Amino acid sequence: MARFVYADNAATTPVSQAVIDAMAPCFATSWGNPSSLHSKGREAKKILDDARERIARVFRCESGELYFTSCGSESDNWAIKGAALRGRKKGRTHIVTTVIEHPAVLNTCKALEKEGFEVSYIGVDENGVVDMEALAAAITEKTAVVAVMYANNEIGTIQPIREICDLAHAKGALMFTDAVQAVGNVDIDLSALPVDMLAMSGHKIHAPKGIGMLFIRKGVLLTNLIDGGGQEKRHRAGTENLPYIVGLAKAIELAAEQLSDMPRVAKMRDRLIDALTAIPYSRLNGHKTQRLPGNVNVGFECIEGESMLLMLDMKGICASTGSACSSASLEPSHVLLAIGVPHEKAHGSIRLSISHETTEEDIDYIIETLPPIVQRLRDMSPLWEEVVKNNK
Amino acid sequence: MQYSDKVMDHFTNPRNVGEIEDAQGVGVVGNAKCGDIMKMYLAIDENDVISDCKFKTFGCGAAIATSSMATELIKGRTVKEALELTNSAVVEALDGLPPVKIHCSVLAEEAVKAAIADYYKKVGREVDFPLESADERYEH
Repeated sequence: MARFVYADNAATTPVSQAVIDAMAPCFATSWGNPSSLHSKGREAKKILDDARERIARVFRCESGELYFTSCGSESDNWAIKGAALRGRKKGRTHIVTTVIEHPAVLNTCKALEKEGFEVSYIGVDENGVVDMEALAAAITEKTAVVAVMYANNEIGTIQPIREICDLAHAKGALMFTDAVQAVGNVDIDLSALPVDMLAMSGHKIHAPKGIGMLFIRKGVLLTNLIDGGGQEKRHRAGTENLPYIVGLAKAIELAAEQLSDMPRVAKMRDRLIDALTAIPYSRLNGHKTQRLPGNVNVGFECIEGESMLLMLDMKGICASTGSACSSASLEPSHVLLAIGVPHEKAHGSIRLSISHETTEEDIDYIIETLPPIVQRLRDMSPLWEEVVKNNK
Repeated sequence: MQYSDKVMDHFTNPRNVGEIEDAQGVGVVGNAKCGDIMKMYLAIDENDVISDCKFKTFGCGAAIATSSMATELIKGRTVKEALELTNSAVVEALDGLPPVKIHCSVLAEEAVKAAIADYYKKVGREVDFPLESADERYEH
């Protein structure tokens, strides 16, 4: 294998050494239960409080507004279900979201539909930007919560969250954003961005899997998702996962430092996009500029994504695809279909998600490796045969 | 999801990729919407033996591997023998397929049958075997 290039950072990231080092003492020495009154417990409580304080500084919010969870999906579930159940008490039985949300949001909304809530799924334009007119029209005095992702996990499109907040608040609805893909890629200032809830996940920013967080603005009341002991101010039970919380805090601090490196990452992204869309019969999926700095999603006609992914893998490149063949459902990506990519073309899409760890040499390697793979698969494709014949 | 070594071998080094000009039988199955299309070309001699066989496939790793294996299994066989090829024989020859990929082996069987049906029609023989939804032609 000539080289190993990990270009699937939107799926997960390696835990950074600094994060591992930060967590280690919580396993070895500071293993106490933060709820215990004795010295071991107090030691753990101090570490827990410190971690929360440090995260609050990065996001410019109060530490009391941050709640640790087990993952992004739990945060999504809690925010939406918690807001919906609370809202119902005041006659708000409606939820507004978009068609391109992560399954953790979409399936939470579907579950609430079964409980009698009404959900409006708002469409997006060809670049994946939410239809603001339709969104504005959908939000009413009956709306409990508006849930719109900060940035899309597949195509990287960044949504106008601030404007959406204003629309939600104008009707007295809560505004929730799933920022799992955005944290670490864009600066999130919660003193300026008026969201009511914001979800994030550790493993997308070099912390371990199994740790997430939900920001709940002071004064916003959500029904609990997990009842039990008095942890997290009685709002999220379960003994705190101290090592991972400390790891998350470290990862968030490092991600904040690396934000200054994002223009360089975006430049590499654009170089990759330019090289790949120079291949005939290809297209960029998602917005050209209103886009996560590490996200590249390109569709190639007449070939299928899983084949591309396997061939890239054999060359040491880890990528991802929106093709049906990569899933058990045999349906192509709901996001690509939502931006108007027809089924047959959605199958030929590939996502490369790079990070600050990606080098120019990695980009060179992808640029020299991918086009011959596209050609090889096209040479095998009966659809390409027709394209060639029609062009003769 | 894990592919067997045989599947990976046939995916990376597919046998009999290409076209046959003036093939006696050509069959196309699947559709682009679902993400799989197989096109099978058969050269058939005067003794009804498949003397050559080529394929082109748009699809996932399993689709390419099953096409490749199907061509291997029918090359040099009589048309009658080729008609007996089942999708499970293709799966077995590949040391298994993940459950979600079994439909690829079904397509491979159908592609062979569609190519033979095309041959039968050309020579005026009755198509005396069932053809699945083979002819859902693809659109661009």
